[in-house]
Amino acid sequence: MLSRFAFLFLVLVYPFSAWAVPEIQHWSTVNGARVYFVQSHQIPMVSVSLAFDAGSARDPVDKSGLAYLANSLMEEGTRVLSGEQIAERLESVGAQLNSETGRDMSVFGLRVVSEQDVVNLAADILGDILAAPAFPLDALSRERERLLVRLQRQTQSPREVAKRRFYTVLFEGHPYAGFPTGDEPGVTAVTRPDLDRFHRRFYTAANGVVAIVGDLSRAQAKDLAARLVGRLPRGAAAPPLPSVPAIEAPRANFIDFPSSQSHLLMGQPGMSRADPDYFALYTGNHILGGSGLISRLAVEIREKRGLAYSAYSSFIPMKERGPFVVGLQTRNDQRDVAVDIAQVTLRRFVDDGPTQEELDDAKKNITGGFPLLIDSNRKIAGYLMHIGFYNLPLDYLHTYASRVESVTIDEVRKVFRRRIQPGRLVKVIVGGNKE
Amino acid sequence: MRKTLHQFVPVLYVFAGLACVSAPTERFSAGDVHETVLDNGLKVIVKIDTRAPIVVSQVWYKVGGSYEATGKTGISHVLEHMMFKGTDQLEANEFSKVIAANGGQENAFTGRDYTAYFQKLEKSRLAISFRLEADRMRNLRMTEEEFRKEVEVVKEERRLRTEDRPEALVYEQFMATAFRSSNYRNPVIGWPEDLDNLELSDLEAWYDSFYAPNNATVVVVGDVEPDAVFELATRYFGPIPRRDVTPVAASPEPKQQGPRRVSVQKPAKVPYLLMGFHVPSLGAENAAWEPYALEVLAYVLDGGKSARLPTSLVRRQRVASSVGVSYDAVSRLPTLFIISANPANGKTTEEVKTALLDEIERLQSEKVREKELEKVKAQIVAGNVFERDSSFYQAMKIGELETVGLDWRLENELVERLKSVTAEQVQAVARKYLDPDAMTIGVLEPTSLTGWSG
Repeated sequence: MLSRFAFLFLVLVYPFSAWAVPEIQHWSTVNGARVYFVQSHQIPMVSVSLAFDAGSARDPVDKSGLAYLANSLMEEGTRVLSGEQIAERLESVGAQLNSETGRDMSVFGLRVVSEQDVVNLAADILGDILAAPAFPLDALSRERERLLVRLQRQTQSPREVAKRRFYTVLFEGHPYAGFPTGDEPGVTAVTRPDLDRFHRRFYTAANGVVAIVGDLSRAQAKDLAARLVGRLPRGAAAPPLPSVPAIEAPRANFIDFPSSQSHLLMGQPGMSRADPDYFALYTGNHILGGSGLISRLAVEIREKRGLAYSAYSSFIPMKERGPFVVGLQTRNDQRDVAVDIAQVTLRRFVDDGPTQEELDDAKKNITGGFPLLIDSNRKIAGYLMHIGFYNLPLDYLHTYASRVESVTIDEVRKVFRRRIQPGRLVKVIVGGNKE
Repeated sequence: MRKTLHQFVPVLYVFAGLACVSAPTERFSAGDVHETVLDNGLKVIVKIDTRAPIVVSQVWYKVGGSYEATGKTGISHVLEHMMFKGTDQLEANEFSKVIAANGGQENAFTGRDYTAYFQKLEKSRLAISFRLEADRMRNLRMTEEEFRKEVEVVKEERRLRTEDRPEALVYEQFMATAFRSSNYRNPVIGWPEDLDNLELSDLEAWYDSFYAPNNATVVVVGDVEPDAVFELATRYFGPIPRRDVTPVAASPEPKQQGPRRVSVQKPAKVPYLLMGFHVPSLGAENAAWEPYALEVLAYVLDGGKSARLPTSLVRRQRVASSVGVSYDAVSRLPTLFIISANPANGKTTEEVKTALLDEIERLQSEKVREKELEKVKAQIVAGNVFERDSSFYQAMKIGELETVGLDWRLENELVERLKSVTAEQVQAVARKYLDPDAMTIGVLEPTSLTGWSG
């Protein structure tokens, strides 16, 4: 049946080779923050992403949640502005500010229209938030209580319960074991001096990356970056994280939960952002479980058998090795069947690797879809932030397609066999009665 | 925002070798948006966005949850799933394979008022999208075997999205309580019992009733030439014959005569409150300005961290740990203005409700301050600029407006209409619609969150 449409592929494999990937301008501020900038004048707006190596991997063991609270409390008051004033002033010019904490990084995102006085006003406020947060006690008690409610809400969700256990077991003894939102004892233990210390140590110029995309000249972008991070002390980059230990024996966990579905998360430590096997693992995983309805896992579990709405695998690349995870959710009474098929599918892929046709199709999807990865200011800002934060080469986007193109079937087979041991998986199932 | 009155530009198309293809005869343009209607009734709308060499293509059908009869809820969404299961020419799942091999992303979504399918592709590949979409607009082939599997997938989706999410269950029961007659009372994914009873023949009849060019809108946004897109549309969709589409009889919602309350008891930890009021929508408006005033009202309450509810309930009173407001003006039928909240630790849904009613009373008794209104308008203007960063979202807005029975040209007016709302109008809609004597309350009452065996 496919032959009917084959002509479409032949004609249209690389029609956009002449299209220019956005040019990245890069410099450092006087105090040492790295800045990445792409000019884009078609929409009168500016998008900024600021990433600091201040994620939950930097939480003290007994203060899990400190990074999150520090990040979310910074906009709740500075030495000159109250939290209410900050929100009021930003929103009065239509600016959108958000903050987010993951394991590797804490991020501030800012979107503004590109009128100079609006850009300056918003940048000066965010600059103040970054340099001089006051961590008011009433804000700490309020945000702590809100975070505790959020943690309780997570316990209602089988998916969240499974994720938490999966990370705890997968990264036992490593800073990645903690959750970005922390845990109840840790959140309860955080004090204002903890917040001050955390801020002083990690919110420094040398520990941050500024990504700017939008309707600005280079001179305007330089001024913007200076307003944002110019007041930060140079400081020092955070120390390297320990490497993630391998899983030596299979570990199975079952959590009894009053849900109609069972959630499976199964995996191993996967790859780092700068991993030499990055493209082979990424392309291989695309075939195994990373390409929606046509991946092997989705075909076996959803398309052939109707066992789940979603069945997938993914590598989550981080500073150190992030998770490789296979996931699905299915009615409790069929979880054994579904889990078994997922395991068999993974084992077969690791043993035999992909077929040449599968690899060719995956490459066509990834490289043919490349323009979609960078079709908005928001997405480009995200790439800039990752390129900066993970020290990827400036030509990362330019060489992306050719690096996928050069992956061979042997390479995929070899790296999967070397990196994934189906006999030594962490397996977490959260679910209820099979009746 | 609106640049000119709609130009009327007749365009002639000649296609050698395509004898039975009818050509579009009329064309309208406004700014970067161009529209034509094919002879078979298919409307094609193109918006030019040259920022990247990509194209978003969406096909919108005027059918969704609110079109469904009692006992057949969820049928539009199940049909959406079956649309990936093969045609006369394509095997099951082959649609997705072809799009993937061309570097595309694709998916579909079903709402109360629409079912829509989309692809995102490198710009030269639009023909692939059109060819495949035209094929399944006309030639879908559903088998019993594929149907049986797929309806199980949908039931798993329902478990994932609703059954195992206590707050989603409250929302479902809340909608079914607030609406007694309007089809907005039913969940788009369908009641579980209806999914159990669904038959392949039901789906075939549903497909035949609504999947016709004259019941669809094609929206294309990207780095494309409108004429070239119209030509492609004519080539691929043009040959599909028009079909009679019988409008679904409306079942208007009778006036609510008193407050209603529904509770859901489920294993959970954090209580949840929903508060809803019947309001007009743009698709079924009572007075043209009212939906805009309600939209501004939603911003006043919850347009950002400095808005009234986060400031008053979360920051100052600390009675709620989170609040939200939802109002979807772009709806086909009269809809609900909904406020949702989780109480703060140690507070009850009753206390949150009292605090919310105080805020509503304040909106009714005092006009919104001029400065507050200016802030909301600055947010709306900026938000409209930021939206342009997503070609997908731009296509969504056009498709949604058209499919609920409005006009895409309204998109160019929305910001101006919102900017013209006055403090008096905000107060007027607050008084008229946020009536505690005609509200619906939904509450999650958590029960013990222990495992089934404990």
